[in-house]
Amino acid sequence: MIVALKGLRKVFQSRGEVIAVDGIDLSVREGELFGLLGPNGAGKTTTISICTTRALPTAGVAVIDGIDVVRSPALARRSIGVVPQYNTLDRACTIFENIYFHCLYFGMSRPAARSRTDQLLGQFHLAERSSSYPSQLSGGLAQRVQIARAIAHRPKVLFLDEPSAGLDPQSRLAMWEAVRGLRQEGITVVLTTHYMEEADELCDRVAIIDHGRILVEDTPAALKSSVGAQRVYALELIERSGLADLTTQIQALSGVVRAEAMPAGVRVFAHAADGLLPEIIEIASASGLRDLTIQETSLETVFIQLTGRDLRE
Amino acid sequence: MATSVAHVQSASRTGSLPYARAFAGLLLRDLFVLRRELFPFVIRVCMNPLLFLFVFTFVMPHMSGGAALNPTAATGMNFGTVLLPGLMAVAIMFSGIAAVALPLAQEFGVTREIDDRVMCPLPVAGVAIEKICFSALQSMVAAAIVFPLAYYIPATPVVAHVSSWPVLFLVLVLASLTSGALGLTIGTSVKPQQIGLIFGVVVVPITFLGCVYYPWAALVHIRWLQIGVLINPIVYMSEGLRATLTPNLPHMPEWLILGMLLVFLVLLTTIGIRGFRRRVIS
Repeated sequence: MIVALKGLRKVFQSRGEVIAVDGIDLSVREGELFGLLGPNGAGKTTTISICTTRALPTAGVAVIDGIDVVRSPALARRSIGVVPQYNTLDRACTIFENIYFHCLYFGMSRPAARSRTDQLLGQFHLAERSSSYPSQLSGGLAQRVQIARAIAHRPKVLFLDEPSAGLDPQSRLAMWEAVRGLRQEGITVVLTTHYMEEADELCDRVAIIDHGRILVEDTPAALKSSVGAQRVYALELIERSGLADLTTQIQALSGVVRAEAMPAGVRVFAHAADGLLPEIIEIASASGLRDLTIQETSLETVFIQLTGRDLRE
Repeated sequence: MATSVAHVQSASRTGSLPYARAFAGLLLRDLFVLRRELFPFVIRVCMNPLLFLFVFTFVMPHMSGGAALNPTAATGMNFGTVLLPGLMAVAIMFSGIAAVALPLAQEFGVTREIDDRVMCPLPVAGVAIEKICFSALQSMVAAAIVFPLAYYIPATPVVAHVSSWPVLFLVLVLASLTSGALGLTIGTSVKPQQIGLIFGVVVVPITFLGCVYYPWAALVHIRWLQIGVLINPIVYMSEGLRATLTPNLPHMPEWLILGMLLVFLVLLTTIGIRGFRRRVIS
């Protein structure tokens, strides 16, 4: 295992006791593209901060590429590349210099640093902007420079913290492309995200995290099939007094996997069966159906099933 | 896994070369950026001593009563001679603030650029020490720029001769490192939003009470102040340069100056590194 977290816990004491990470065990295989999916404040960034030596765990062990990151942080940093949520490019240096000096920090000779920088600028389609300053770049380009810089010293593991936060859709696709390209170089990638499409599209395996704990961990396909249904219907009702009856009634319909009473109405997990939707509508109409949303099964559905909440809530 | 962890850790103890290379890389980056901003650097260093010398040692002596400004008139020394080491000390101290405290405030507060530097394969303390060393280089250059200004501008001739080159060099290096450590301490202990305040609250008081414009011995008639200023590191910087550049003026003994500079260097470096670590590691 290239990344192995055991019993990781982080409690912040500054403003009362806040448990950010509450006993996380995680293993990432070499060459894998691994996603930590969860809502804001779930503990994703804290977990990444511990892995990348920026935060000290209250308890537990984090071993990366065979190095205990708490005991030997300086050594561990040689195996780690980091792209944080915010732009940390050196504002006083050009794009070229940002990558070039990064190479020097990691012990490359000057000619080696220069050729590595040129190669990365080419690989990430940044050659034209090599003499621009970070302040002149769009968010998407700055993100790409940060990825190029993070892998300049050929780390074993690259950590991307919310890589698509603040990116427009086109830049996000370009970033996905760049991240997929890394896999061909054999770099293990661990990313955090609260976009379920991102985790679904990009990751080999996903761990869903909430309140500092990992709820479930598997391939996106396996996670989705674990729901056992293809659709989720959320029914919003005006009249909620007969909710329990209504739920039982819907539950009895053929094609329905499960029906749950919610504060606003009923949530139905169902197979994509012909004629099921009209039946549900008909039954629900008696309670005054106000609105209906239909979702294909996604990682979001998995999260809803596990926590009863939306990712965005 | 346990054995491989142990193996890598023992290997790390033997190899300090990567640390040296990372440190050199950081220093090279800072020098590179400084070279690009050389003109603002020179202006920043020159402006304060230039104006001070111009007004107090050129303009004032041309007015009647200008001599009354001289705190050492009794010893037959002119004000220009008093100011030469003092203004060099201010330049050294101010470079420490400008090279470390102000950029740190920006990096901690607005841009978080520091995060990248902290990810270098170097212990966090090493990143902080690099800041001190780079600042010390700037301080020494600043002192070298101020010397000719302070020597040639005053209307009356400045009496300066180096009593001992090794001691002068030692004082310069210790004073420069101490000012870098002071900058680190200020930069890590003041909230980034309040960094503007330090000029009024820290820089101006330690300058005016730093025996810059008068020798420490001249404070003998205000005993409480003479004792009080001993907690100000700038006192030892000015007195150190006074002892080595203008030894005819009254000054503290050299062993005391060097000893106290060393004490402040260790103290401020320790506090600065602790603050730096607190800021970058949560």
